[in-house]
Amino acid sequence: MNPFSSGTRLRDMIRAIRASKTAAEERAVVRKECAAIRASISENNNEYRHRDLAKLMFIHMLGYPTHFGQMECLKLIASPGFPEKRIGYLGLMLLLDERQEVLMLVTNSIKQDLNHTNQYIVGLALCALGNISSAEMARDLAPEVERLLQFRDPNIRKKAALCSIRIIKKVPDLAENFINATAVLLKEKHHGVLITGVQLCTDICTISPEALEYFRKKHTDGIVRVLKDVANSPYSPEYDVSGITDPFLQIRLLKLLRVLGDGDTDASDSMNDILAQVATKTETNKNSGNAILYECVGTIMAVEDNGGLRVLAINILGRFLSNRDNNFRYVALNMLMRALAVDSQAVQRHRATILECVKDADASIRKRALELVYVLANESNVQTLTKELTDYLEVSDPEFRGDLSAKICSMVEKFSPDKIWYIDQMLKVLSEAGNYVKDEVWYSLVVVITNAPNLHGYSVRSLYKALQTAGEQETLVRVAVWCIGEYGDMLVNNTGVLDIEEPIMVSESDAVDAVEIAIKGHSLDPSTKAMCLIALLKLSSRFPSSSSRINEIIAQYKGSLVLELQQRAIEFNSIIQNHQNIRSTLVERMPALDEASYSGRKTGSVPAAASTSQGTSLNLPNGVAKATSPPLVDLLDLSADDVSTPNLSGGDPLHDLLGIDLSPASLQSGTNQAQKSGTDVLLDLLSIGTPAAQNSPSMPDMLSPTLDKQNTADVLDILSSPSAPSTQIPSAGSSSTMDLLDSFAPSSSKPDGNGPAFPSIIAFESNTLKVTFNFSKQQGDPQTIVIEAHFSNKSSNVYTDFIFQAAVPKFLQLHLEPASSNTLPASGNESITQKLRVTNSQHGKKSLVMRVRIGYKVNNKDVLEQGQISNFPHGL
Amino acid sequence: MGIRFILMVNKQGQTRLAQYYEYMNLEERRALEGEIVRKCLARNEQQCSFVEHRTYKIVYRRYASLFFMVGVDNEENELAILEFIHLLVETMDRHFGNVCELDIMFHLEKAHFMLEEMVMNGCIVETSKANILSPIQLMDKASS
Repeated sequence: MNPFSSGTRLRDMIRAIRASKTAAEERAVVRKECAAIRASISENNNEYRHRDLAKLMFIHMLGYPTHFGQMECLKLIASPGFPEKRIGYLGLMLLLDERQEVLMLVTNSIKQDLNHTNQYIVGLALCALGNISSAEMARDLAPEVERLLQFRDPNIRKKAALCSIRIIKKVPDLAENFINATAVLLKEKHHGVLITGVQLCTDICTISPEALEYFRKKHTDGIVRVLKDVANSPYSPEYDVSGITDPFLQIRLLKLLRVLGDGDTDASDSMNDILAQVATKTETNKNSGNAILYECVGTIMAVEDNGGLRVLAINILGRFLSNRDNNFRYVALNMLMRALAVDSQAVQRHRATILECVKDADASIRKRALELVYVLANESNVQTLTKELTDYLEVSDPEFRGDLSAKICSMVEKFSPDKIWYIDQMLKVLSEAGNYVKDEVWYSLVVVITNAPNLHGYSVRSLYKALQTAGEQETLVRVAVWCIGEYGDMLVNNTGVLDIEEPIMVSESDAVDAVEIAIKGHSLDPSTKAMCLIALLKLSSRFPSSSSRINEIIAQYKGSLVLELQQRAIEFNSIIQNHQNIRSTLVERMPALDEASYSGRKTGSVPAAASTSQGTSLNLPNGVAKATSPPLVDLLDLSADDVSTPNLSGGDPLHDLLGIDLSPASLQSGTNQAQKSGTDVLLDLLSIGTPAAQNSPSMPDMLSPTLDKQNTADVLDILSSPSAPSTQIPSAGSSSTMDLLDSFAPSSSKPDGNGPAFPSIIAFESNTLKVTFNFSKQQGDPQTIVIEAHFSNKSSNVYTDFIFQAAVPKFLQLHLEPASSNTLPASGNESITQKLRVTNSQHGKKSLVMRVRIGYKVNNKDVLEQGQISNFPHGL
Repeated sequence: MGIRFILMVNKQGQTRLAQYYEYMNLEERRALEGEIVRKCLARNEQQCSFVEHRTYKIVYRRYASLFFMVGVDNEENELAILEFIHLLVETMDRHFGNVCELDIMFHLEKAHFMLEEMVMNGCIVETSKANILSPIQLMDKASS
């Protein structure tokens, strides 16, 4: 039979796959085929081996696992016939990779084939080696490849040359062995050998400094001559690409010249003529000619300075830039970026054209152009560039605004002549694209504002005005609200009016209105609202007459389902009502924020992540704690004196504050469903929790002496957490209370007297995972225990393919029910539950013991955790 | 090493040929192919043939219903890669006679053999169509 006709079965398979209407159908076809191939493999049928492999290649291309065919490749490679070897090597290159041990096994076959008498087989082996060789293989087979560089057939020499590239990249010390052979290749006439030889030479030169020195001194002229010959050669049909002889070879030669000329005046001088010739004489009507020109420009930019050539090169780029074909404009922008390092003045001349490219309809061109504009910016042109870009921001594509605004902000920050201009520009960006800018941008704006005392009034008034027109831009709202909170009095009293300002009249209630509108905005996220609450607290002190109105607004958030907001509202409400005497000290203006901790990133192009933690608390990622933390610290210090509980630890006044409003009345007055159920839970906890605490030594927070306070705080968590699963759960104690909630909520709905209650245990806990067991028993069946296992994820990564396995001694019988899910979301947001039914045949004599193994994938990596559980409650 | 991978994808976004010159596991490949195909297929004729994605630059060209996409690194000459794609298509044309998607599907191994003669380890081996095709024709002759 003919091994190369794909065979009807391959065609059938492809047809069946093509006929599949859904992904599921396709999967079914592939599964069936894979099964057939496996069967055929196990029968060890030589007839079908190549066909099986051809099918596997197709299946592999579709993205299905095909590892089981790997050994088949090896068998085919080891078989004597060329067609089998052909497909075997192809399979090897497609299905395998250098990381697999299978490669070790193939080294010997490759070695034999490299020495084969049939040159096509030698070619196959070289090709495979060149594509997949590992460092060990490279070391083992380098002598063979070296020898083949002198093989009589040019088709072998060219492959050996590329194979050598792989070898010296894998094992750089071998590079020197190839220098002489490479020098010979450069004198070849065969284009295939020449192009591969030139590539080999380029790579050797980049790897080995000695080789670079050698080729520079001895071969630069030769390479120049080769390029001259190719560029001037008459029409040769085999290598002609729209009127140009072998542009691929010319481009490779130019690349090599770049390496040789870079940093060496002599070598650069000797190539000037040919570069000038290529730059002027190459046909520019077709893509192939322009590809050479483009490469030539790159080489001119890289080699040592020759003024005339550089002008020529920049002019070529200018022509590309004004070309109607977007491909040429793209590469021109790309190259101008490199030219900038060499001759920035010449690039500046094209600034207007480049700026136009930022507004192009093509995203690739826009991106290149924007990056170029960004590096073109300097003190003298930043104002015009910024104006152009911010004007464009208004009409740009939404998905481009993020990048664009980031670059504008970074430019402004780097080169702004004065603070007022900086503030103005940032305000413009925030008003236009406030929803797209990164957090660092507005952080640093706040830093700058706090450090410019003479501009406080101006800033807050400008922000107030901007807020009226662009209230939907989140980051603008944040900065505005923050400034109104800090400098609200300046807004109302028109303090520090600058000459350039238009005077505005803002009353105290207008200022409060602005913040109230912001906090009631539906689209804003909770951290913005939290900032609004702080601003309100600050305003209540700045504007004593509006204090009661502000208190009303704040009080509305005491029932907020977001913990952060609720806590703040409750605290602030209490400060306004009960702590008038300390309020003004609490909400004093923020001190100027530390600019130094931000200055570091001014050297970087993009604002670096604000991660410095010293100095200000401004760097906190959610931006909420930013303004609060210092007052909060104050609050704790002060109240420790004030509340006359001198021995309280830092956290307790907080509980106290919470405790004030946690009277049953206030809970019941809330119409909110969550609060109601929360109250029940509270009762549940108190009634059930107490006996549980007696039995269970493994429940630290239940046993802790501050039981009441802990519970109240925790219940607060519970109240808010159902609606806002993303808010952090402050203490470990509270999370176990969460579990209690889980376990008691269902059990409370069952009829009473359902068998004795057992406390839950933490069956297993590691840094990444926690498993709790809840127990129940059916009445009248003391031997059988139903365990409800809850798994929660303590890391910030999602676990997939989660599997729980358990093993028990012989006297126990274990039955596992299916888990609720096999994916475990990050940070304990949700948990997986799984029921286990354990029958203890030695009930009363022996207690439960269990080994568990938990497997899952994090970022596609397998993780296995295991442990033994022996802390089952007594009497279970 | 210039060329990182070569993809042929039809206009429904189905991969018809994939050759990688650096190791990537199946999931990464699928994800990468999906992302690239979405990006390239969304672009119109007037836009340039280059798309930047992750650390790659994708040079692509459409021939009838088939997209040829070549992933390269930053050092590579984009215009030359466009020319290379054209050479690849011309070579396939010469062998199959007006190559179409089905030719590549049903003769996947031949398409790979051709690629093998043209590119090795991400570098161009041969640019002459006759030289590329001669071993393949020889094989055809031997097996017929």
